Amino acid sequence: MARHEAFDGGEETRQRITFTIDGEKITAFAGQSILEAADAAGIYIPRLCDVEGLDPQGSCRVCTVKVNSRPVASCVHPVSADDVVENDTEEIRRWRRDLIKMLLHEGNHLCPICEASGRCELQAMAARFETLEPDLYPYLQPVRPVDASHPDIMLDTNRCIRCGRCIRASRDVDRKYVFGYIGRGIHKRVGVNATDLAHTRIDLDDAAASLETCPVGCIIRKRVGFFAPIGRRQFDLQAPGDEIEKRKGEGK
Amino acid sequence: MKRIATVSLAGCFGCHMSLLDIDERIVDLLKLVEFDRSPLNDLKSFTGRCDIGFIEGSCCNEENVATLREFRKQCQLLVGVGQCAIMGGLPVMRNAIMHSDEPLLECLEESFTHGPGVYNPSNEIPNDPALPLLLDRVYLCSEVVRLDYVIPGCPPSGDLLWEVLSALVLDKPIHIPPWMVKYD
Repeated sequence: MARHEAFDGGEETRQRITFTIDGEKITAFAGQSILEAADAAGIYIPRLCDVEGLDPQGSCRVCTVKVNSRPVASCVHPVSADDVVENDTEEIRRWRRDLIKMLLHEGNHLCPICEASGRCELQAMAARFETLEPDLYPYLQPVRPVDASHPDIMLDTNRCIRCGRCIRASRDVDRKYVFGYIGRGIHKRVGVNATDLAHTRIDLDDAAASLETCPVGCIIRKRVGFFAPIGRRQFDLQAPGDEIEKRKGEGK
Repeated sequence: MKRIATVSLAGCFGCHMSLLDIDERIVDLLKLVEFDRSPLNDLKSFTGRCDIGFIEGSCCNEENVATLREFRKQCQLLVGVGQCAIMGGLPVMRNAIMHSDEPLLECLEESFTHGPGVYNPSNEIPNDPALPLLLDRVYLCSEVVRLDYVIPGCPPSGDLLWEVLSALVLDKPIHIPPWMVKYD
């Protein structure tokens, strides 16, 4: 099911419109989000909380672009005709870098000891925007609980970036509602719908527990740790977005 | 000729090993720079002001803090090298000891008295005056002094170190391809 079927009412009746991203002319369907239209055209807009197959949420703001000079989250902003979108400019790169650095500083992202290292989207994104300048944000070094009660799955919430991908996967794909947000502001965190993970209905075949869902090393599968050696891990072989950029020029 | 000083604080010397990993380019480097205080030439104190300070590791004891402050005083540019210098790396894991009012004591007891596999009949925790005092928690370099550059990696590859060091030595802008940056 297409994400925005409610808006567009079927393949044939959809109205085609054009707009520009960084000066490049793009054709899109009315009601599509900027991110979807850019993906289809082979232009990669970096993102963390959005993933193919789940409804967009617009919470990480890494996909922020400027539409007619106003910043918006491109995963939830519908495209309109003749929009002028800025994506890969110095200013926006800096915003994205700051957002990613703040996520890195907020949790305990110890890449050298993390099982997800090399297939972690946050890490790959940080490498993409790395400038070797030290940042001025303090490291919060939180002490958050680790839930290893489930026989097959483990939760290390020290690494959670609250992207909500597990929440949406559990709700919309698995229909189990295992995960949910608790609290507000800086205290917002992801909780499970029981005393601990062992008492929920989650199991290994769920979309919420799949490797694609958690962008960091928060939801970990037991007994398969470090399955890919250094050099052959997902983002050692290709950067996120390489697949989308390959689409460029195809289907035109 | 530029002068470089290097030090390993609470680190594992992996970043220094990685510096040696620039292979034959070290000959080119030595034509451009002179090494001052460094474990590579075993000089224990500064012989003068330096242009570049290469810091590996974070601060886990009072000696680390004194050394780091000395480096800030003597070096024009301080470069934090590796994840330990940036965000604490493995040593910083002791900041996360939970459920304890005295996390440092619990950490020492685990290491020297009741940890698994520990044989210590005297049941004493090493307390010689020659040993630098451990800090209550691990402090990051950026909490103690100002750093001018950071090079992520555990360790950063020899290529990445070479790119940054050669740019700094030759006063050129640093251009790093993103595929060279790794956090582990």
